[in-house]
Amino acid sequence: MAWFRRQWPLYVLMFLPMVYFLTFRYVPMGGVVVAFKDYNMFKGIWASEWVGLDVFREIFSMPEFYRAVRNTLMLNVFSLLTFPVPIILALLLNELRIQWYKRLNQTLLYLPHFISWVIVGGLAIRLLATNTGSVNQFLKSLGLSPIPFLENEWMWILTYTGAGVWHYAGWGGILYLAALTGINHELYEAAEVDGASRLRKIWHITLPGIRPTIIVLFILQIGHMADIGFEQPYALKNNYVMDVAQVISTYVYTVGIQSAQFAIATAIGLFQSVVGLILLLTAELISRKVNNQGIF
Amino acid sequence: MVRSAGDKLLDVFIIVCVGIFSLFCVLPMIHIFAMSFSGNRAIMSGEVFLWPVDWSFHSYTAVFGDMSMIRPLVLTVILVCVYTAIALAMTVMAAYALSRRQFRGKHIMFGLIVATMFFNPGIIPNYLLVKELGLIDSLWSLILPVMISAFHLIIMKTSFAQIPEELEDSAWMDGCGHFRFLLTIVLPLQLPILATIGLYSAVNRWNTFQDALFYINDKNLYPLQLKLYQMIINSQVNDATAQEGFSASTPIPQGIQSASIMFATVPILLVYPWLQKYFISGMLQGAVKG
Repeated sequence: MAWFRRQWPLYVLMFLPMVYFLTFRYVPMGGVVVAFKDYNMFKGIWASEWVGLDVFREIFSMPEFYRAVRNTLMLNVFSLLTFPVPIILALLLNELRIQWYKRLNQTLLYLPHFISWVIVGGLAIRLLATNTGSVNQFLKSLGLSPIPFLENEWMWILTYTGAGVWHYAGWGGILYLAALTGINHELYEAAEVDGASRLRKIWHITLPGIRPTIIVLFILQIGHMADIGFEQPYALKNNYVMDVAQVISTYVYTVGIQSAQFAIATAIGLFQSVVGLILLLTAELISRKVNNQGIF
Repeated sequence: MVRSAGDKLLDVFIIVCVGIFSLFCVLPMIHIFAMSFSGNRAIMSGEVFLWPVDWSFHSYTAVFGDMSMIRPLVLTVILVCVYTAIALAMTVMAAYALSRRQFRGKHIMFGLIVATMFFNPGIIPNYLLVKELGLIDSLWSLILPVMISAFHLIIMKTSFAQIPEELEDSAWMDGCGHFRFLLTIVLPLQLPILATIGLYSAVNRWNTFQDALFYINDKNLYPLQLKLYQMIINSQVNDATAQEGFSASTPIPQGIQSASIMFATVPILLVYPWLQKYFISGMLQGAVKG
């Protein structure tokens, strides 16, 4: 009791946060039962009838579902191809000797990360639209034909990937820059004595020095292969490219919130969450094997 | 050390490469800035590149004269302030309790919290909960469901745990209870982490779009990003599904679109360079993990 007389404020402090986590994080986890029910809004979740795996049978027979899965994987693979960009940026920044120039560039490179996807989508239209976009107006003034960045499906995929690089590459470099500061300076001095060129030093000291960081982030990105954010595809998509731009998250929104087919949309979301969880746990296992340390 | 000609060439190459990438990051913003201050004729003829042509403020007068733009702005400012205050208070409370050694049951609670980071039930169960709670078309739907980020909580708890035990012991000797210890000793010592988490929360709500799209149907309650989305993206590209009554035949002038983009971005541009170090420390502490 003496213990409680002193420590009760901790429970008071923890009360609201725990209520929050139970209500807004755990109750929705129970809400996934909607995927196994014939959900009727008027009956509510509990009174609706159980239908077993019927809803899953239904989504596995929907072509749009496979299309959304394919697009999610495809866009993620293209984003994965840009994985080296932050590493290259960090290596370049690390080699800059003029400090003010380095700081200026860091500020500029990190900036896009804080700009919302809606603004990025707006910028994409202002700059890249076929008729009114500034880039295409510029091309036309040179006598070149405009490029359908947003209307052509393959060009759109490139635009999507490029927008991802614009938004994240500089910011993503921070983790590598931090890892770079941890490299032992004596290694460079020793290499210098041995007459190693700068490129050799980068190749033999710098890159191996950040290897664990690279591996962890790479595995982590693979682990997120089935996840896709909502805002990036949603803000960039348009009606011409829905065949490649409709991903799982946007499809769930269309089916669930816009068309109120809650059971189907929940089942699709649940499918994605389960696959995502399996991938993440696999990534963790691989990381433990390769790096001798887990991601988490 | 004497540097060779090849080394100097490499230096120049690196400087140019980094410079080009930085330009790639800022040119779009500068271009939009130039468009927003240019005259209509210059915009239509495609003369504007990186500096305004025929300086004019008409785009901004149009944006600021339009209540349907001012309203989302004011709402968003309120949302950001209220959310940041609540999120910080809740995160501090939980982080402090979980970082105390004497707190029995903290491992179970912490485990429950961390577990939520691994499994996301998805969009619809969250939507149904918000609906059941009657929060659709209420600004609370943009605050309550995301009140505490487990990720931020872990960062803050790790930081709170670094406060020396001796400090706490001596405070106890002086008869200082948990509440006073938290308010008068922990918080003043932990200002940098509070600034970091506060900034992330504020930027997050300023940029909020997804949950507003899901939960807010009432045009009078649109936050800024949703308003911009309807105005710029939806009206232009998805004219078939435009909800605002703008069709392809009456597009919003490019100058006004540009001014609206600037209008929503300038606060971030103004705040960010000065607070950059807090953002970066947040990124790094998050990466070091709990």
